[in-house]
Amino acid sequence: MEIKSFLFQAVVYLASAIIGVNIAKRMGLGVIIGYLFAGIVIGPFVLGFVGEEGKDLMHVAEFGVVMMLFVIGLELEPNLLWRMRKLILGLGALQVLITSLLIGFIAYFFGQTWQSSVAIGSILALSSTAIVMQTLSEKSLLKTTAGKSAFAVLLAQDIAVIPLLALFPLIATKIPEMETGSLIHDFNGWQQTLIVLVAIAGIIFFGRYLLGPIFSWVSKTRQRELFMATALLMVFAIAELMVIVGLSPALGTFLAGVVLANSEYRHELESDIDPFKGLLLGLFFITVGATIDFKIIAANIFTVFFLVFGLMLLKAIVLFVLARFFGVKSDQKIIFAVSLSQMGEFAFVLFSFAGQYAIIDQALISLLISVVAISMALTPLVFLLNERVILPRFFTKVKQERATDDIDEQHKVIIAGFGRYGNIVGRFLRANGVSATVLDNDSDRVDLLRKFGYKVYYGDASRFDLMKAAGAEKAEIIIIAMDTPQQCLEMVSLVKKYFPHLKILSRAYDRNDSYDLMEAGVDHIYRETVDSSLRLGTDALKMLGFRAYKTHRAARTFLKHDEKSLIDLINLRNDSSSYISVAKEKITELEDLILRDLKDEQILERDMGWDNKALRKGMAKETND
Amino acid sequence: MASVLILFAHPVFEKSRINKALIQKISDLEEVTLHDLYEEYPDFDIDVEREQELLLKHDIIVFHHPFYWYSTPPILKQWVDLVLEYGWAYGTKGTKLRNKKLFNAITAGGGFNAYQNDGHHRYTIKELLIPFDQTAFLCKMTYYPPFVVHNAHLLKPKEIEAFADDYLKIITGLRDGVFNEDDLVKANYMNNLIGKPYTL
Repeated sequence: MEIKSFLFQAVVYLASAIIGVNIAKRMGLGVIIGYLFAGIVIGPFVLGFVGEEGKDLMHVAEFGVVMMLFVIGLELEPNLLWRMRKLILGLGALQVLITSLLIGFIAYFFGQTWQSSVAIGSILALSSTAIVMQTLSEKSLLKTTAGKSAFAVLLAQDIAVIPLLALFPLIATKIPEMETGSLIHDFNGWQQTLIVLVAIAGIIFFGRYLLGPIFSWVSKTRQRELFMATALLMVFAIAELMVIVGLSPALGTFLAGVVLANSEYRHELESDIDPFKGLLLGLFFITVGATIDFKIIAANIFTVFFLVFGLMLLKAIVLFVLARFFGVKSDQKIIFAVSLSQMGEFAFVLFSFAGQYAIIDQALISLLISVVAISMALTPLVFLLNERVILPRFFTKVKQERATDDIDEQHKVIIAGFGRYGNIVGRFLRANGVSATVLDNDSDRVDLLRKFGYKVYYGDASRFDLMKAAGAEKAEIIIIAMDTPQQCLEMVSLVKKYFPHLKILSRAYDRNDSYDLMEAGVDHIYRETVDSSLRLGTDALKMLGFRAYKTHRAARTFLKHDEKSLIDLINLRNDSSSYISVAKEKITELEDLILRDLKDEQILERDMGWDNKALRKGMAKETND
Repeated sequence: MASVLILFAHPVFEKSRINKALIQKISDLEEVTLHDLYEEYPDFDIDVEREQELLLKHDIIVFHHPFYWYSTPPILKQWVDLVLEYGWAYGTKGTKLRNKKLFNAITAGGGFNAYQNDGHHRYTIKELLIPFDQTAFLCKMTYYPPFVVHNAHLLKPKEIEAFADDYLKIITGLRDGVFNEDDLVKANYMNNLIGKPYTL
C-alpha cells in the first residue's frame, strides 16, 4: 500500500479505537482487548489500512508506556507500600520469581537460549493490572482477602517491571541504534555511573524542592492547560534527561512518579497526564495488534491454544499454592488464583522492548503476543466459570446441606450486602428477634456469619438464581445495602423485574444516587451520611449551649425539610441540560439547597403550641379589655 | 437536712422567662439536685435505673413544669409511666418511695380567679392535680400542696424576681425542715407557707 496522509491515518486509528473499544466493552472484554482488536482489524492481515508505517508510530506510542510508568510511580504511595510490605515482598515477589523460573525452565527445555528463556519467563509471569483491578472492583471483591492479595501481587509485578527494563539491555544480543542519543559515551565507566547517579539525585531534588513552587507559580495563572503543559513538560524533560544519561526513559519517569507520590500535586498530575497516557497507550496497543503476524499463528494454531491453557493453568497453580502459605482461606484462594492467571499488558511493552534488543526471536514474539492477548480476553470468561461452576461446587456445600431444613423457617427479610452499612441493619434486626437472609460476596464474612447462625448465601446478590435460592419469592422486604451505587441500582432493577412484590429499602450514597434510585422506582431511600451528619450537628449545637431537646427537634425538622427538597429537586435535575459537567451540577444543586434553607427558615421555628409570645399578646389584650 | 430532687420539664425552656428565673435561683444549692429532663433525654429515651437511683437518694421530689393543658409536658408523663414501676414504686412489694414527699411546682398562664369553680377553668389547681395526689398516695408518699405561679405570661420582671425568691425560700425551707408538717398538708398552695397567699 502507498503512503497514506497523516489525516487519513489519524482517522483510521481513532475510528478503529472508538469502535473496537466500544464493542469490547459491551462484550465485557475490557479496553485493552478492544485496542488490540482494533489494531488487528486495521492491520495488514485484515483490512490492510496500516502497514509498515505502524513501526514509526510505535515510537510515538511507546511514549504512552513511559507515561504509564510515571502514573504507576505516582500511585505507589510510600505509606501504602509500607503497610503492604509483607504481602508485596512475600506473596508478590515469590509469585514473580517462581512463575518466572518455571516458565523460563520450560522455555529453555524447548530449546530457547538462556537469555530468551529468562525474558519469556519473567514477561509471562506478569498479570494484567488493568483487567484484574477492573474486574475485582466491578464484582466488589477488592476489599476481600483475595482482592487485597491480588492487589499486592499486582503492585509487586509493577515494581518488577523496572528491574526487567534494566535487565534486558544487559543480556541483549544486539544493541539497537537508538542508543546513540546518549551523550555520555565518551566518558569512562565510573564517570558514566557517577553521571547517572547525579541525574537521579537531580530528579529526586527537583521533585522534593522545586516542583511545588513551580506548580504553585503556574497555577496562579488559573489556566488549566498551562498546568497540563507543565506536567507534560516535566515528563518529557525527565525522559529526555534519562536518554541523555543512557538510561531507559520509562525508568526515569517511574522514579519521578515515585518521588512525586507524596506531593500535594499528585492528584492533579495524575488527572492531567491520564488522558494522554490513555490515548497513547491505546495507540500502543493498536500498533501491537497491527503487528501481530497471523501467518505464524495460523501455522501454529494448536501451539497457541496449548500455550494459553498451559500457561494460565501453571500460573493459577503457583498462585493457589502460594496463597495457602500466606493464609488465604478456602474459596478466596480460588478467586485469587483465577483472577491473576492471565498474562498482562506489560507483556506487550516488554516483548517489544525485548524485540529491540533481539533477545527473543521475532516470530516467537508474534506468537506469544497473541497468547497473551487471548489469555486477557479469556479472563472475564474464566471469572464467570469460576463463579458459576467452580465455587458453587466446592465451596458452598453448607448452603445445599441446609437448604432442606430451611424450608419452614423462611425469612421475611433479605439483606443484600453485609458490609459496613448492611451489617448494622442486620444486627439491629437480629437484636429485635428478626432473622434475615443475608446475601454477600465476601466469603470470609460469609463463613463468620454462618458460624453465628446467620442464614447466608454467598455470591453476587444481583443474580436471579441466587435471589431465588434465598427465598425472594416468599420474602416481604429486601434491604439493599451493597457497596457501590451501581450495584444497588442493578439490584433494584432485578427486584423490580422478577420480584415486584418485595418492598425495597435501599441505601443511597448521596443525593445524585438517591435521584437514580427514585427514578428506578424505589420508595424507601436512605442516604448513608445524612443521619450521622445531623447527629454531629446536633452535638455541636449542644456544645454551643443550645437546649438538647430544641436541637433534637431541629435535626428532625431539618431532615424532613431536606428529604422534601430532595423530591422537589429531582424535577429540576431532569430539566438541566446534560452537558453541564457533574461538578458544576453539584455546586448548582448546593446553591439550590442553601436558597431553600433560607426560604424555609421559619420552618425550623414551628411549635406554635408552645409559643407563649402569641399567647402573651392575646392575654394582655384580654386583660386590658 | 432533707434532700430535694427537682424534676424539671420544659420543652421550650429557652423561651420561658419565668422558669429561667425560677431555675436560676435553685440551681447550685446544697442538697438540692436539679434534673432537667428535656436536656437529659431529648429523645425521650429515659434511663429508668438511673432515675430510680436518683429517687432513692432524695427525700423530697418536685415535679417542676409549666401547667400545659392541666397537666405536665409529655416527657414527665413518660417519666412517671416508666420510672414508677410496679413492685418498685407501688404494689405490695413496691415500697421504695415510702414516706418520701411529692409536690408540683407549676407555672400557669391563667390567673388565680380563673382556676376557681366559677372561673374560666372551672376547677381549682388542687382539683386538677388530683392525679398526682393519687400517684403519691399509691406510692405511699405524702403529697404536698403545689407551688404555683399564676399569670405567668403577664408578669413584669420585678414580679418574676419576687416569685423566684419565693421559690428559693420554699425549696430551702423544705430542705431545712422549717415548715410545720400540719401546715404543709393543710395549705392550699405552698406559697401560703411563706406568707404569700393567693386569695380571692
